[in-house]
Amino acid sequence: MDVGTTAPIAVERPSSDVRPDLPWVTIVWNDPVNLMSYVTYVFQTVFGYTREKAEKLMLDVHHKGKAVVSSGTREEMERDVQILHSYGLWATLQPDSVK
Amino acid sequence: MSSGFSPGKGGGVIARFEAAEVSLLRSLVSMMLSLVSPGETSDDPLERALGIGASRTPSDPVLARLFPSAYEDDKEAAEFRRYTEATLRDGKRADAQTVFDTAKSGHTELTPEQAQAWLRALNDVRLTLGTKLEVTEEVHDEIAMMSEDDPRYPAYVTYDWLTYLQDSLVRALW
Repeated sequence: MDVGTTAPIAVERPSSDVRPDLPWVTIVWNDPVNLMSYVTYVFQTVFGYTREKAEKLMLDVHHKGKAVVSSGTREEMERDVQILHSYGLWATLQPDSVK
Repeated sequence: MSSGFSPGKGGGVIARFEAAEVSLLRSLVSMMLSLVSPGETSDDPLERALGIGASRTPSDPVLARLFPSAYEDDKEAAEFRRYTEATLRDGKRADAQTVFDTAKSGHTELTPEQAQAWLRALNDVRLTLGTKLEVTEEVHDEIAMMSEDDPRYPAYVTYDWLTYLQDSLVRALW
């Protein structure tokens, strides 16, 4: 890859709250009602994940109290959260930089 | 013999229930229909057309669990809720109505869409009972040790039965 032909461009770093490309994440929180089988199935159905990946995420939620289940634009994460709420999962979204 | 779900044709499932179980299921989803009022939108015709509604987190713990905040920040959560809660309410009501309409004694074939509605509606009833009973992850063991004279016993047994049904439905869909 040729990296030498383009002159460097001075880019002013925008403040964090106006960067439209900042990746967002959807987080699912543990709760005592939702079944492990059900949560796994919902991850497979909503995100198209393999059963293996869905099960790993479900176990992360179960053991660690929460897990990042998807990432993307803010609009995409709002859509994911809304679908997860329709399935009764406790989901929130936040910028990926907030950990 | 036992009630529950098994895989059906084309991604659907076969439901098997006895008449008494159908009555119980119908009364439970009727409870959901009275608990979850239709998506309320403001008097503004444009806001109503766009499904824009309430922005406050419900004070009732059950409704707060059924309609959780999407953001930790209250202001952002309120804005998200304004644009989504009415749709979510209507969806939960439609799911409960599907169970009410398709719960029948004997064998019933459910389409894939109906099966998804059952899955969400059963979970909504479990969330509602579970929140009211303040269940923990050890609920199954608690029921096993609970006296049948305990006033909470019928509600816990119903919750446990719904748990069994939902697991049965997930396994029929997998």
